[in-house]
Amino acid sequence: MNFNSNAPIYLQVVDAIKLDIINGRLKAGDKLPSGRDLAVKYTINPNTAARVYQELERQEICFTKRGMGTFVTEDQVRIKLCKSQMAEETLTSFLLSLNDLGITKEEAIEMINEANDICIV
Amino acid sequence: MLETNNITKKYLTKVAVDDISMKLEKGHIYAILGPNGSGKTTWMKMVAGLVKPTTGLIKIDGKDIGVDTRNEIAYMPTEPFMYEWMTIKDIGKYYQDFFKDFSMERYENLITDMDLNMTLKLKTLSSGMMAKLKIAATMARQAKVYLLDEPLNGIDLLARDQVMKAIVTYADEDNTLVISSHLVEELEMVADTAVFFSKAKLVGFYDLDNMRMEEGISVADKYREIYGKMSKEA
Repeated sequence: MNFNSNAPIYLQVVDAIKLDIINGRLKAGDKLPSGRDLAVKYTINPNTAARVYQELERQEICFTKRGMGTFVTEDQVRIKLCKSQMAEETLTSFLLSLNDLGITKEEAIEMINEANDICIV
Repeated sequence: MLETNNITKKYLTKVAVDDISMKLEKGHIYAILGPNGSGKTTWMKMVAGLVKPTTGLIKIDGKDIGVDTRNEIAYMPTEPFMYEWMTIKDIGKYYQDFFKDFSMERYENLITDMDLNMTLKLKTLSSGMMAKLKIAATMARQAKVYLLDEPLNGIDLLARDQVMKAIVTYADEDNTLVISSHLVEELEMVADTAVFFSKAKLVGFYDLDNMRMEEGISVADKYREIYGKMSKEA
C-alpha cells in the first residue's frame, strides 16, 4: 500500500479496511488480522495498528470479542452508511479540486457524462 | 525506559556528541535522523555500552549502562562484524553462545521469512542478504532495547521491505526500537517518533502522528525544514 506521508497513517489504513468491507473483500462478521499481523501486512508501527482498530471500533465498523480478536460488524445498515459517508468525502474533495480549476458544478456534470461514455465500453 | 542525561563524547578536540538528553519509552519505535557525522552512531555506541561518555549518564530502567546492561540491549552496528567462513547456521550458534536472550527458533523463522538459508556461507552472500542476516541475528534476541544503525544501507527495495517487516514483527509494547537511517522515507510508516541530530546536538524530537495532524507534513518535509535552513545559514 502506498501511503501519503503527510497525513496520519492510521486514518489511511482505516480507509483501506473500510474500502475492503464496502467492496466485499471483507465480509460482515469476518475476523480481522491481529494487531501484529496488521502491522506486518502494511509494514506500519504496531501502535498505529492498534490505533486502527480503536478507530474502527469507535466508528462501529468493527467490534472486539475478548480473547477472540476483532471482527467486521454484522450490521449491514452500518456498512451502507459507511459507503455513503466515504462517497460523500470523495465527492467533496472532487468538487473542491474542480472549484480550484474554476469549473462549475454544471460543467462538472457535463464532463462526468462525457467521461462515462468513454469508460463504459 | 532508556534515558540519556546530558551525555557528551569528546575525541581530543572533536565533539562527537554534545550534551544530548532524551527519554525513550517502551513500546515505541524511534527514528534517529541526521546527516553523516551528526553523532548518531556515537550516541548508539554509548547506549550499547561500547563507548564511554566523557560526561553524562545513561540509564536503562533506572540502572546505569555497563557490562550488565549489554544483555538487555541488542546493538546492530553498520560495519560488518561476522567471519566470512561461517555459515548462517554458525552465526546462530555463535549468537546463542554469546547472548542469553537469543532465540534459535526466532532466528530460524526470521531466516526463512527473509528467503535466506541456514547452509549459506557468508562469503557467498550479496550485500542485501548480509543486511538481512544482520537483522535476523539482532532481532532474534529478546532484548529490552534494539539499536539498529543504518539497517537499510546499500540494499535494494525488496530487501529493504523484508528488513522493515522483520523489525515490525518483533516490535512490541515491552521493547524500545531505535533505528538510524539516511533513508528518511523508509522509516516514515514504521517509526512513531523522529529524533533529529545535527552537528553532535539534538535539534528536534517529534511525535509523528501529531506532526502530520497539526502541521500536515511528512518526516521528509521536517528533515528539509531542519537541515535545509541550516545549510542556508552556513
